[in-house]
Amino acid sequence: MKAASTSQNAGSKSLDELVSDAKARLDEHTRETVSWHFDSSTGCPFWLDYAEKLKWDPRKEIQSYDDLDKFDSFQDEWLRGGPVRRWVPRALAEKPVYVFETGGSTGIPKSRINIDDFRIDYELFSQTLSVNSFPQGGDWLMLGPSGPRRLRLAVEHLCQHRGGICFCVDLDPRWVTKLVKSSRMQLMHEYKDHIVNQALTLLRAHDNIQCLFTTPKLLEALCEKVSLSKMGIKGVFCGGTQLTAQFHRFARDELLEGRVEFVPTYGNTLMGLACHKPFDPVDQYSVIYHAPSPRAMIEVVDPDQPDRLVEYGEVGRVRLTTLTKEFFMPRFLERDEAVRHRPCEAYPWDGAGDVRPFSGFATPIVEGVY
Amino acid sequence: MLHIPILRHGVAYESIDQVELVHHATGTPIATVSQANSGMVARDISRMADDVLERFSVNDLIAKSKKAAELFMTASLPIGDTSQTFDDYIGLLSATTGMPITYCRNNADKIRRVLSDIDKVIHGLTRGFDLSILDQGYGSHNGGTLSYFREGRIFGAVLPSNSPGVHSLWVPAIALKAPIALKPGREEPWTPYRIIQAFCEAGVPREAFGFYPTSHAGAAELLRHVDRSMLFGDRKTTQPWQNDPKVEVHGPGFSKVILDDESADHWEKHLDLIATSIAANGGRSCINASSIWTPRNGRAIAEALADRLAKVEALAADDPDAEIAAFANPAVARAINSMIDNDLRTDGAVDLTKEIRGSDRLVEKERVSYLLPTVVWCEDHNHPLANREFLFPFASVVECPESDLLNAIGSSLVVTAITRNKPLIDSLMQSPNIDRLNIGSIPTYQLSWDQPHEGNLFEHLYRQRAFQVESVA
Repeated sequence: MKAASTSQNAGSKSLDELVSDAKARLDEHTRETVSWHFDSSTGCPFWLDYAEKLKWDPRKEIQSYDDLDKFDSFQDEWLRGGPVRRWVPRALAEKPVYVFETGGSTGIPKSRINIDDFRIDYELFSQTLSVNSFPQGGDWLMLGPSGPRRLRLAVEHLCQHRGGICFCVDLDPRWVTKLVKSSRMQLMHEYKDHIVNQALTLLRAHDNIQCLFTTPKLLEALCEKVSLSKMGIKGVFCGGTQLTAQFHRFARDELLEGRVEFVPTYGNTLMGLACHKPFDPVDQYSVIYHAPSPRAMIEVVDPDQPDRLVEYGEVGRVRLTTLTKEFFMPRFLERDEAVRHRPCEAYPWDGAGDVRPFSGFATPIVEGVY
Repeated sequence: MLHIPILRHGVAYESIDQVELVHHATGTPIATVSQANSGMVARDISRMADDVLERFSVNDLIAKSKKAAELFMTASLPIGDTSQTFDDYIGLLSATTGMPITYCRNNADKIRRVLSDIDKVIHGLTRGFDLSILDQGYGSHNGGTLSYFREGRIFGAVLPSNSPGVHSLWVPAIALKAPIALKPGREEPWTPYRIIQAFCEAGVPREAFGFYPTSHAGAAELLRHVDRSMLFGDRKTTQPWQNDPKVEVHGPGFSKVILDDESADHWEKHLDLIATSIAANGGRSCINASSIWTPRNGRAIAEALADRLAKVEALAADDPDAEIAAFANPAVARAINSMIDNDLRTDGAVDLTKEIRGSDRLVEKERVSYLLPTVVWCEDHNHPLANREFLFPFASVVECPESDLLNAIGSSLVVTAITRNKPLIDSLMQSPNIDRLNIGSIPTYQLSWDQPHEGNLFEHLYRQRAFQVESVA
């Protein structure tokens, strides 16, 4: 397994060298991944069919990460509906397959098949967590979207990987979205209270719960009732929805009273999990994410010309690329926008800061308690 | 650049998230306003000291309010890291809202009047019992025991940007001992911020004030966390809170002038009153008339009104003759304009001002837009434009038989009925759909401050209880 962070090398090499090493590794990984998905003995039916309609051979023409621009943007519509088995690589056909969903408040959700990716992604992420804040053997509370989502199993695996046992609460975000869209806010708050009360019961009943996954809104709701630090929580891993710099500051300094580690993340079923650049006061609480290269990349591109990266410091649309043996997703334009950030020593490739819903869409995205 | 902070328990806080306010006409940046995240609003309100004003008597707080009235009009008061004179305040208010300077001054004076006459206002709300009853919790009144307790531990208000006069409605809360949390309108942080500073300079403890510029989500958190509140907004904003007894909703007013058979025959005599009811204060208040109901001569009344109001021009906010406000957001003016044009396609209504003026009601001058006064003649009281309210001088003149009037007019914040017809007056007096009722030649916007306006703030904050105490020998 390749490390998500190269911080262990940081002392001996300059940032430029680290960036160049990471780029070489990404190019090599791209070639391997493309060879795998477009080889008739290992690839999945979707990409093999796709290649037949192309006038070029991806295995010959894709020699670097940048060459992936030869593909048209990945359409997430392709993930709606079946047959879902067209996404299972032939070489993995005998393995037990999970299907994880995203979206689906209305209409058919997008599905992504998964075998081991969620475990690999979260084990890599685990390397970035400190043992003081997320102690080995500490139990976890998973207070976020459950059901057909990857997050529930992934957080549980992360916890088990660190020797803990994971307590869970059910949360159906599609129901929350429906309530918010139809302005039934009273019901939405009742549902939120129902979730938070279950969480408080678990926290009070199990002294060894030391780590928490939750969403920004649920973190606020929990901290309205209790001091998480007094409840014995040492680290909070937060994600699932937009997280502003102001919220980051508020969560770190006030909700968690500066006494509990706060780890914001950005991820989804399609890409995996991006890590937050280690907290540095210079960043003014900007939340800057770096993808788990080379398994996935986040780039910030010109919305009108998506093969062009915007300049550092500029805002553009988030473009995701996933490169694992289970899933190949080149050049997917996400529903978010962000500021492009420079590589850092821990993550010597581009980062995306202040991620928020893409302003170029006509209707706003609904976000509720989750 | 000038920065307006959040006030958290009275203490300034600069947020990472800020909104820039620009001059409505030139686009020049004027100030940045710190925005509170919604969790902050909720957390702060639940930590506000709800008894911070209990150490003062109501009479002490009345004296401080009077002092605040004077300071509001005359003092240099803090704003962010600097200070602001009254003239600075008026200039900034006009710059970001597009409201004519003269109207800004009139509205400021309205606030001064409420603060300096706060004893009369509270007397009107409490119907004259001895206010020490609120200090002690009970007392003797008309030979019996009267006891009240304050349910509105923290009072909140979600405020609009349309007209600064509305701030006169929440200010009595301080004299009634309720600490307040305010969410100002996006373009109008100036007035509530200045009122708070005036109260503080007058000796009201800072901890009694929360000031939270925030999003719609933040406003909803504010309303959910305070004990009692006022919410200003359009139908869409106020609808979800309509049935919440903790929230006093101030939506569109649909205020009206009504003529009876007799006054309709002498309508020329009432034209001034009708025209000013429509157009005073730039037609931006819920107490401006938005429809005129008459049993006959509707077309003639509409033409005469249109003739008069069509003379109003789109003038710069600092022009002393300006009578209408510019729209700080031109998209809003365009949207209102096309909504009206769309409804005019339904037969039975005609925009007479447009015919007289010979030009469109929408005027666009570089960055700013104006909507010129509009009088629509509606033959049918069921026409979609018969009973509407917009953020500029707009009125429909509707013909409706006197006998159908009460059913046809729907609900109204203010009705001015020019009538001496006893049965009509009786039925208006009995109508639950009229909040303020003026009988005779009283403009819709004329308020009597010794009577409650759209809900009684005292009754919103306090509840009467039965109380007995054993006398100690």
